[in-house]
Amino acid sequence: MPLIAGYAHCYVESNSDFPVNDFLFARSQMGMSLAFHIVFAAIGIGLPVLMVISEALYLRTGRPVFLELTKRWSRGAAILFAVGAVSGTVLSFELGLLWPAFMEKSGAIIGMPFSLEGFAFFTEAIFLGLYLMGWKRLPPLVHWFCGVLVALSGILSGIFVVTANAWMNTPAGFKIVDGKITDIDPIAAMLNPAAAHEVLHMTLAAFIATGFAVAAIHAFFLLRDRRNVFHRNALGMALVLACTSAPLQLISGDFSARSVAKLQPAKLAAMEALYRTQTGAPLRIGGIPDDQSRTTRFALTIPHGLSLLVNRDPNSKVIGLDQFRPNDWPNVRLVHWSFDLMVLCGVALIALSVAVGWRAWKHRGVPDGKWILRTIVAAGPLGFVAIEAGWVVTELGRQPWIIYGVMRTQEAVTPMQRIAIPFVIFTLIYLFLSVALVFLLRRQFIKTDAPFSEVVTKNV
Amino acid sequence: MFELIVAGFMFAALIFYAVTGDADYGGGIWDLLATGPRAGAQRDAIERAIGPIWEADHVWLILIVVILFTAFPPAFAAMMTALNIPFTLMLIGIVLRGSAFIFRKYDIKSQEVKQGWSVLFGAASFFTPFIQGVALGALSTGQIRVIDGRVVSGFFAGWLTPFAFACGLFALGLFAFLAATYLTADPSTESDVQNDFRLRALYSGAALVPIAFLVFITSKQGAPAMYHGLTQWWAPLLVGTTLVFAIAALASLWLRRFALARIAAIGEVTLILTGWSLAQYPRLITPDITISNAAAPEITLRLLTYALVVGAIVLFPSLFFLFRVFKGKES
Repeated sequence: MPLIAGYAHCYVESNSDFPVNDFLFARSQMGMSLAFHIVFAAIGIGLPVLMVISEALYLRTGRPVFLELTKRWSRGAAILFAVGAVSGTVLSFELGLLWPAFMEKSGAIIGMPFSLEGFAFFTEAIFLGLYLMGWKRLPPLVHWFCGVLVALSGILSGIFVVTANAWMNTPAGFKIVDGKITDIDPIAAMLNPAAAHEVLHMTLAAFIATGFAVAAIHAFFLLRDRRNVFHRNALGMALVLACTSAPLQLISGDFSARSVAKLQPAKLAAMEALYRTQTGAPLRIGGIPDDQSRTTRFALTIPHGLSLLVNRDPNSKVIGLDQFRPNDWPNVRLVHWSFDLMVLCGVALIALSVAVGWRAWKHRGVPDGKWILRTIVAAGPLGFVAIEAGWVVTELGRQPWIIYGVMRTQEAVTPMQRIAIPFVIFTLIYLFLSVALVFLLRRQFIKTDAPFSEVVTKNV
Repeated sequence: MFELIVAGFMFAALIFYAVTGDADYGGGIWDLLATGPRAGAQRDAIERAIGPIWEADHVWLILIVVILFTAFPPAFAAMMTALNIPFTLMLIGIVLRGSAFIFRKYDIKSQEVKQGWSVLFGAASFFTPFIQGVALGALSTGQIRVIDGRVVSGFFAGWLTPFAFACGLFALGLFAFLAATYLTADPSTESDVQNDFRLRALYSGAALVPIAFLVFITSKQGAPAMYHGLTQWWAPLLVGTTLVFAIAALASLWLRRFALARIAAIGEVTLILTGWSLAQYPRLITPDITISNAAAPEITLRLLTYALVVGAIVLFPSLFFLFRVFKGKES
């Protein structure tokens, strides 16, 4: 009730005095909700794949170590999936709670992938329930197949949601006549130009981030006890997933950047801090972009680099921010820095993948040198850092548009006032849940580790 | 025509959500109210009963929202604006309920910590269906006004009324009753605990009668269009059938025919929601937003219908399998 009183108080007090603040809080709330949810969404795509591989190995070899591993990963999946399910619900409502005008305009055009996502998510939830609680009730192969369906529907629901996001970046499948939307084609909207590269990039990112995070946990325990077969096998599987996906992300990233250059040149210019349209555009890494002077100071500059990357021609022309009115620019600093952070993490993980691959090939087994294990532990969070940074690039790079070139984010915001209140409440709840989750997952590992390691070593 | 088909799907999803997802909230209510020497055993029974299914049950709500914003975008925009506050409160309940439930299950820290999650789970389970009832009731009050696509009645219209609160109370009682009835029939419930839930189902089922009456009384002032609907020629028929199911549910509980009680209770909830929908039809938000004036263009509705049909073909066998594995007879 104090909450309602708070709302009421604010409602009475505010006569549209700070609409801009409300707008910023609405964006912050959406951004915070997405930043929280994207972690669980990515794990929901990556972890079931690991579970299924591990259970398949158990079914083939009958070795108890794989069964133990499957059960432990699935316990993590159970906890993380539940948080992802509820934080995803929050998002589906927030689309309307924060951006009603956007949903009113785009619901009919882009509701399709959301509906399909609803069904994919439904399938995922049903078979996850069967998978987690059905160990004793289902025949082994049926149980495994339930896991396969969880993994597939997880990937599929990710694809559908990213498709909808891609539409916000490259809207398609409708016409605007006299300010009104006509000729809606939901299929064309779903297959919008950005869908392919966004879907590919995000799905690979989910595999990489989950793979390296899981690998880091098992590398940590393997460092303590090199004879532990359990952690050795776990690390091996996680590394296979992560290290095969990471190099592919290089190709997907290149494809994405060149697509963005074509489809959203203002976003690409912000990513690369390119103020001036020029031939032979340089690649700028880091530095401090300054909108006033339209320069980027202290950047590491590679001459002709950007032209070469974008057009495969060192002397080609790349469109800069000068082609757009300054009030159509995204936040150049944040987009550029986030982009560099994402690329940095990505390059580091690709380098690690190559190193791991080389060691594994040389030693015919899971690498277990002290330094490579320590590096794997340290690299654990990098995949998720890259996902968060990449998400900032996509979403902030789209600003000030909620539908690129069609509707401004500010036009879409709810007339509701004092959005600071729900923003603060949800931030506190999500912080509390994050802290609780970290301790909870940590306890899962520490308490269960000692007996497992003995049992497993004996059995194998 | 397609807008009616899609609305029908949405109505079906609402019923499925009520008899599954909201019943899981009912389970949380009894978790909070667990008392006596078998309080721990009651909580265990609730956890076993909803553990494997609550996430799937919850997705019905997401499906309702998605259908709503795809097929009736202006209705979604108006609801999320006018009822911004109750829906935000509902989301807080949803997040805390789900997280607390799963954390309680997997946390191995200490009994006190588990107790903390338990209280949070129960409190959120109490609150969420109440606020859902309030929001649903608010749609019928006629106080939410939408003119030229803009909500002009502010953020407090409709839901802060006696009628909406009566609806919230009714939802609370209904889902508590439904959950207690399910728990008597759940194959994993022991017989002592089964007796506890039988009594709880009987009490809460009986309590529904005065609460329903309260909803009806408050609707005369608070939701005139609905009151008018409930006094149509078909109303006595529907109310009569609902009463038959309600009495059948209570009688079966009394006679310990728990499987039968479960069916009767599901029938009762379905009929109540049917009555509400018929009295509300064709309005989505009384009085300004209707199924036809909020409908998306035909092509969207047609494609959505296909998607819903295909989705249902995938979904129902899967759901059937889920419930057969966990709610069928123990092998």
